[in-house]
Amino acid sequence: MVSHPATKGDSMTIIAEEIGSHHHEEAHHEEQPKGILLWLTSTDHKIIGKSYMYTSLVFFIIAGALAMLIRTQLFAPNNHFVSPQTYNELFTIHGSMMLYLFAGPFAFGGFANYILPLQIGAPDMAFPRLNALSYWLYLTGGISMLLGFLTASGAAAFGWVAYAPLSSATNSPGAGPDLWIVSIALVGFSGIFTAVNLVTTTFYLRAPGMTMFRLPIFVWNMLVTGILILIAFPVLTAALIMLWADRHLGTHIYSVAGGGVPVLWQNLFWFFGHPEVYILALPFFGIVSEIMPVFSRKPVFGYKGLVFATMAIAGLSTGVWAHHMFTTGTVLLPFFSALSLLIAVPTGIKIFTWIGTMWRGQVDYSAPMLFCIGFIIVFTMGGITGVLLASPPIDFATHDTYFVVAHFHQVLFGTTVFAGFGGFFYWYPKLTGRMYREKLAKLQFWLTFVGFNVTFLPQYLLGLKGMPRRIAEYLPADHFTTLNQISSVGAYLTGFAFVVWMINLWISWRKPIAAPKNPWDGHTLEWATDSPPSHHNFDRLPPIRSQRPVWDMNHPEYADHRVSHGGVLAESTETSNEE
Amino acid sequence: MKSERGIYLLIGAFFFLIMVIYFLWSGEAGGSIMLFAAAGLGIMPGLYFAWWAHRMPPRPEDRADATLSDGSGPVGTFPANTIWPFVLGMGAALTALSLVFGVWLAVVGLAFIISTALNVSLESRRGGMV
Repeated sequence: MVSHPATKGDSMTIIAEEIGSHHHEEAHHEEQPKGILLWLTSTDHKIIGKSYMYTSLVFFIIAGALAMLIRTQLFAPNNHFVSPQTYNELFTIHGSMMLYLFAGPFAFGGFANYILPLQIGAPDMAFPRLNALSYWLYLTGGISMLLGFLTASGAAAFGWVAYAPLSSATNSPGAGPDLWIVSIALVGFSGIFTAVNLVTTTFYLRAPGMTMFRLPIFVWNMLVTGILILIAFPVLTAALIMLWADRHLGTHIYSVAGGGVPVLWQNLFWFFGHPEVYILALPFFGIVSEIMPVFSRKPVFGYKGLVFATMAIAGLSTGVWAHHMFTTGTVLLPFFSALSLLIAVPTGIKIFTWIGTMWRGQVDYSAPMLFCIGFIIVFTMGGITGVLLASPPIDFATHDTYFVVAHFHQVLFGTTVFAGFGGFFYWYPKLTGRMYREKLAKLQFWLTFVGFNVTFLPQYLLGLKGMPRRIAEYLPADHFTTLNQISSVGAYLTGFAFVVWMINLWISWRKPIAAPKNPWDGHTLEWATDSPPSHHNFDRLPPIRSQRPVWDMNHPEYADHRVSHGGVLAESTETSNEE
Repeated sequence: MKSERGIYLLIGAFFFLIMVIYFLWSGEAGGSIMLFAAAGLGIMPGLYFAWWAHRMPPRPEDRADATLSDGSGPVGTFPANTIWPFVLGMGAALTALSLVFGVWLAVVGLAFIISTALNVSLESRRGGMV
């Protein structure tokens, strides 16, 4: 054990355990391994966070390519671009990859891993080795899912929800569905470990003065997401183990034949699945709550309102699982309908808070802000159709139609892609030490925004006309053709937007423009350190006297605590204006 | 500690309330048990935090007026580079994949897992791979 004295400010000490220090030369201590060995052995939250982010983006591109194939199949009536079985595999793996392998890990593995310790002034996550293990479980889980395409029976084809009895050994034979089960179990464990890490880090590794109610909103949202993961994921893992036992050990938990209850799967799955939607959404709400104030040059409007709205959303989301099962006829309609409608209240509070943050601010329409505004528009539309669907009579009419498909794509694409790419561009300078090209990012935004809406708004109409989801073919007499063609063209446009994104990354890689410490005049602690940050994050921390320590440091004349915490005014003499 | 206690106890109380309402109204067992477990997830750590919050003074990160020097001393122990999380991850994945491809994979996977268990526990003392 070697202690690194005083890497932080006055006298905080980080003790780094130098493994192998008894066996290596003195000079080796400070050296990090390079290249692939660094990737394999690192326990640094920044390297693991980046690995998570790049891996999840690769899965996003693959799943997006599958979506293009789906839309190509649906471009014309009676189309035979792919076989019906292949089509089932495509939408199953598209949904599974987007939900399990992209959206969640992108947020709580990528952004949270990288940004959360920086925002609370911590040197690393609480359990660095566990953090590394989470990543390896996630990567192997993802690869296991894709292996399904290489098996003789093909990949899983029962949809991302794997309803019993379709997922039984009789109805879905072969190795593909088993690989899917194993894959989700591995990714589930990875998520649980990450959640343990996030919650512990937030509770135990905050810098002095960083009280819970000075935490950035992003950290609050990740904390609540972490707790929600701990509630939801173990249920899914248990359900998957029972599904595997049904398929291979002859149990009859989900089959009527042996006295089991197929609808039990739906109860267990959605007890995970509905919180999962908020596990995907809350981190991105946090990202938006970070970007909005910085690009409006104002503090966030209604800090405590946002915090309690986040907790209310998380709490309510765990009591609404059966609103996915209204048509099964086995659930308590008024209970689930009422709780589902109630979620609109805290969500509405959030939307008004974001608008209140922009209100009378000096809004800077750079790419991260544009993506956030796009998020608000798209997500609000998706949220309002969600309120419609929470009403059982409307759900009975639209269940399993394209109306539902359009609804959840607006909610999930709005959060994970619009807010996600807003966050990507916002933190890209911090992650890489390079700037992206603003014009290309704006072009990407407009292509995504137009392409996305052209894809999914027609699907509401298709749903109302009665087009069921998960069908590979339709007839010319159904009159679905025109709307489907518009939708497919929109999908190609959205796909092209991500080609623009890759060009942007390529240019930034080949012709780098160095990023300063704090390109956006940011508020939170990650902007107080270098871009990218050094090994244990901070050489010195600014004093933490408000929710915006870096803003206070850079603009002492407008510091928050002068206004809101008059009692600690004397402390502000410590404030230095170094940059 | 007091805020952390509050968060967990709030979660526990909320799910307990929802569980009681749901159970009395629907009488459905599966959902009630899951809500009961969720309430436990809030109440157990909440009571732990309450126990500590009662017995220790506020930490520097709990005090709004704490300065950086209040937090002096070791922050924690952070491991340097190590190969064992990777080995454990591969072992766990191979063991899980043995459910699909056959038990022989579990033999390889368990060997990885056991070697990790041995090596991680010895790592800090005698030095690891890297």
